Amino acid sequence: MGILDASPRVRAAALTAPPFLYTLLLLAFPLGAVILISFMTQQGVALDTTFTTANYQRIATEPIFGALIGRSLLVASLVTLVTVVLAYPVAYYVSFHVRPERKALWLFIITIPFWTSYLIRVFLWRIILGFNGVVNTALVSLGIVDEPLTFILYNLNSVIITLAHAYAVFAILPIYVALEKIDRSLLEAAQDLGENRLTTFLRVTLPLSIPGVVGALLIVFIPVIGDYVTPELMGGPGGRVAANMIQIQFLQLNNWPLGAALALVVMMVVGLVAALFGLVFFRWLRRRA
Amino acid sequence: MTALIELKGIHKHYGDYHALRGIDLEIRKGEFFSLLGPSGCGKTTLLRTIAGFEAPSQGTLRIDGRDMQGVPANLRPTNMVFQSYAIFPHLSVAQNVAFGLRRDPRPREQKARAVADALEMVGLGGYGGRAAHALSGGQRQRVALARALILQPKVLLLDEPLSALDKKMRETMQVELIKLQRNVGITFILVTHDQEEALIMSDRIAVMFEGEIAQMADPETLYRRPNSRRVASFIGKMNFLEGRVDEAGERILVDVAGLGRGEVSPEQAPAGATPGPTTFGVRPETLSIVYPGEEPQGRVAPGIVDEVVYYGDMTYYDVRIEGVAEPLTISMKNLMGRPVLDVGTPVGVIWDEKSLVVLSR
Repeated sequence: MGILDASPRVRAAALTAPPFLYTLLLLAFPLGAVILISFMTQQGVALDTTFTTANYQRIATEPIFGALIGRSLLVASLVTLVTVVLAYPVAYYVSFHVRPERKALWLFIITIPFWTSYLIRVFLWRIILGFNGVVNTALVSLGIVDEPLTFILYNLNSVIITLAHAYAVFAILPIYVALEKIDRSLLEAAQDLGENRLTTFLRVTLPLSIPGVVGALLIVFIPVIGDYVTPELMGGPGGRVAANMIQIQFLQLNNWPLGAALALVVMMVVGLVAALFGLVFFRWLRRRA
Repeated sequence: MTALIELKGIHKHYGDYHALRGIDLEIRKGEFFSLLGPSGCGKTTLLRTIAGFEAPSQGTLRIDGRDMQGVPANLRPTNMVFQSYAIFPHLSVAQNVAFGLRRDPRPREQKARAVADALEMVGLGGYGGRAAHALSGGQRQRVALARALILQPKVLLLDEPLSALDKKMRETMQVELIKLQRNVGITFILVTHDQEEALIMSDRIAVMFEGEIAQMADPETLYRRPNSRRVASFIGKMNFLEGRVDEAGERILVDVAGLGRGEVSPEQAPAGATPGPTTFGVRPETLSIVYPGEEPQGRVAPGIVDEVVYYGDMTYYDVRIEGVAEPLTISMKNLMGRPVLDVGTPVGVIWDEKSLVVLSR
């Protein structure tokens, strides 16, 4: 008697079991562990399992944590904004101006940077933006500046540039899909009804691509706020964010409970921001409908 | 009356493909004009050229006396009802209809009234607040009409507007469109591949094949006096007979294979007649069958029933006549007392030389 002979209920359960276990093992279980640990205290290499909210109290009272979370939100917001604003024209170009048989090739080319390790891409930006990097060497040898610029590396600017580049594809693809779905006769209809190309874009193309833009905003914002590699390598002392603090707590200061509590606070903040954002978007959608 | 739309020598090339091959056309003000033809004949390209979505490779287009070269679609006095209707899915019905009124200087309340009136006109009064994506095919079509007509264009272009509707809805909309056109007095240009639709709705029809206008006439002339075999077979059902023109001077004398000799008038030869072998056309309803027990009137050719197709009100008979290559299709009304004949029944076929059409080869 095979699984195909079983009742639909059993069959459904059997089919969903592997991904369910997978999710349980890789997501729910670690998250549960983090939640538990956040209420413990570090005792040397061991954990004191007595329940305590001391870690959360520290985060709430010591200003450094709030400042770091604030900076995380700021960096992630700026990166998201820059990424989506730069991604839109690319997605628009591929969707509207590339010949249909070439579109797949373009999307393929856009994903090429992903073939390189994330770390290597970050280091490449160091070479480009560094004191003796590509940008500075070019500017100095062209005589545009007398000495290398220092404000382009090891601060928030370089973090934003690197992250915006790293997450570009995540913004381009959802916007591209939304633009592809737009019935081209709608654009002709708008033109027929008296709109020029710009006003057609503003009244038809842009509103119809908003779902893709919202998707792009969320897809970029959520992972960027958790990224600690780029701020670590590109941020310098002023470019560190909450994610770096979590990493330091876990790997350098060996204070897992505090790191876990901070991770959970950041997660809740991100969840709140995303939920608020989603709420505003759905309100907007419903008002239009 | 002068022409509202004037096309002279319009050509359109897409690379090697020659989509329009020298279109000359004049459409009068207030006319219901149809472009009829099979798919790929260039009728939609021609409509899109008038709308401003395609630029002709050659030739001139004037609307209301003004040369349209370089005038983009948004600045032309035309509005279009698209085949897909192109209703904006992110807007309500009223917002869709009001889309083109953005630059209209009238105050908001007046515009709202105009929108309500336009919806009323197309039979969608009270639908303004509905979401566009919740509409049925027929309703979307009406919204598209209201959206175009509210701008009071000089010309309304309709690109196969009824092809997506089911048969019943299509017939209803055909009648409504005719009424609407008479009421608003705007020139309508309809693109269709449905000959029946074109005959029902139009004042004049241009039949197009392969980028050229094959014949342009009012529906009756087009049906009764097609100028070529292609046009004749595209519009309605036509029997084709071989034969020859014996004399084409003051009198046109013809000899139809299997039927006999006769004389036709010049109107029966819309493309002219020259002595020699030719093709004749005759419509199924202009022939009739001598039922058993009836006295034949006119010229009768003996034949045998080859096929019977019963339609309820009509019966179509294919009758084989000696000397005629293909069986002739004859439509007969099923009047009271007339039996439906069986295959193999010997019958007489009544024909009249006045119903022949001399077709160009």
